[in-house]
Amino acid sequence: MKYYPIIGLEVHLELNTESKVFCGCSTQFGSAPNSQVCPVCLGLPGSLPVLNKTALTYALKVALALNCEIADFTKFDRKNYFYPDLPKSYQISQYDKPLSKAGWLDIETNGALKRIGITRVHQEEDTGKLLHKEGVAMSLVDFNRSGIPLLEIVSEPDMNSAEEAYEYLTRLKAILEYLDVSDCDMEKGSLRCDANISISTDPKKLGTKAEIKNMNSFKAVRSALEHEITRQTGMLSEGSRIIQETRLWDDNKGITLPMRSKEGAHDYRYFPEPDLVPFIFSSEDIKKVADSLPELPTARRKRIIEQYSLSEYDASVLTQDKDMADYFEEAVKLYNKPKSVANWLLSDIAAATSSTVGIKQLNLSVGRLVEMLKMIDSGVISGKIAKDVLAGMIDTGKPAAAIVKEKGLEQISDDKVIENAADNVLRENPKAVEDYRSGKATALTFLVGQLMRHTKGKANPAIANKILIKKLGAS
Amino acid sequence: MMKFDKTIVEYTAKLARMKLSDKETRELALQLADILKYIEKLNQADTSGVEPTSHVLPIKNVFRQDKVKKSLNIADALKNAPEKEGDFFKVPRIIE
Repeated sequence: MKYYPIIGLEVHLELNTESKVFCGCSTQFGSAPNSQVCPVCLGLPGSLPVLNKTALTYALKVALALNCEIADFTKFDRKNYFYPDLPKSYQISQYDKPLSKAGWLDIETNGALKRIGITRVHQEEDTGKLLHKEGVAMSLVDFNRSGIPLLEIVSEPDMNSAEEAYEYLTRLKAILEYLDVSDCDMEKGSLRCDANISISTDPKKLGTKAEIKNMNSFKAVRSALEHEITRQTGMLSEGSRIIQETRLWDDNKGITLPMRSKEGAHDYRYFPEPDLVPFIFSSEDIKKVADSLPELPTARRKRIIEQYSLSEYDASVLTQDKDMADYFEEAVKLYNKPKSVANWLLSDIAAATSSTVGIKQLNLSVGRLVEMLKMIDSGVISGKIAKDVLAGMIDTGKPAAAIVKEKGLEQISDDKVIENAADNVLRENPKAVEDYRSGKATALTFLVGQLMRHTKGKANPAIANKILIKKLGAS
Repeated sequence: MMKFDKTIVEYTAKLARMKLSDKETRELALQLADILKYIEKLNQADTSGVEPTSHVLPIKNVFRQDKVKKSLNIADALKNAPEKEGDFFKVPRIIE
């Protein structure tokens, strides 16, 4: 029997406004506990929320970038539940009149394009943060996060593999970064993802789903879904039934486990938030936000392919990371060899970055990189040595010229020095010399390699080649 | 019409974190059933073509600008907390 995984994702995104969504408290991350709270975000009696205009504008930007229909009338609702991180005992959220719905996002896996539906994007507020201490029956609460503007981005159950879910998240994050509405930092919790997954024997029907939580990276989402597909498929093929439940991903063990909690049934008894007025958008309001959208990854990729004649693959990787694409375009302005810049960015420079250290955090300004590239062109360093020079620049933050000077990496273009090295190489490798002379051209590559080794990679390869050929022909 | 029996009262009380005595549960079942009966009556009014009312005041689009204001100082924020530890509120643990 064939089993079809069906996956939908729910993303929560903290917006990077200066102040909270319904009060003027700062949203600064990492401040002293409970230092950014007020009567509104503590839910004290008599306090009243007022919507942050920037938060709503950001929400509209995201909704428009995800091709959603914007509602002309939207309101907020109270989602009622008791939990110690929720001081009002309700979360201000949106229920039956979300600000947007019915959008989409295109993803690409194995070269095939697939459109993933976006059910809705709505605005809500974040909760406080609970700290659980080992072995104590009490928890500590920090309400600094309470009231930070949050977007909920819900996808349709349109994904059928862990890879598609990973690709969806990658594309979504790229769009959000281009919009500059959030830090999108999963480690800090500014982007969070829960997954709903069920397995069905009929691709048109949903099976019983499990909700998976506690994934702290896109890779963890992918692993958790892979694990869950195996687990559920295994259960179904044994004839067991899947229970609808919430499961937590354990990243260390690489498995999901049922969540044990004293939380009761989910019955949120939504009703309209009487403390906030409704919001009505005119088509001009929406157009104004739409006009303010920056160029998004898909459009930029297309333009970069056309404008710089890069390959689809290069342009796609470059534009996935906004900072990388910005860096590329800035470098090309100073140094008009796009393919060369892209090659360096996608190989050595990309390798020096990580999930926490982006290109902006590297000690490598655009100007410095361009200096180095020009040194290769003018023959001061070889392309091979340049890799070491670049690593040195990133390590120390020094310019290429300083690294070259310190380490003595200047390319040797002096004929006499290369001729001496060539003499040594020819003397030490009589067999290769013989092979070459008996017509085996590849022996020359070997000899050039030996010469480079003699000169620690510093010989100008073109001159080395020329001199070796001359000497091999002469004697 | 939905029957407002003891089970529903107990469920509702649980959602509201209320502890009711048997007597209170019985009394509330009757009272809430009466209230629902009245709602039934309201439901008979023809509201087809009438937009649901979410807000009664004719006010819309009220915003504040994204400006940081001074927060409470920590001592004041924690002043009414039944229990605290350092700069934190302290509550019974929920997750087992």
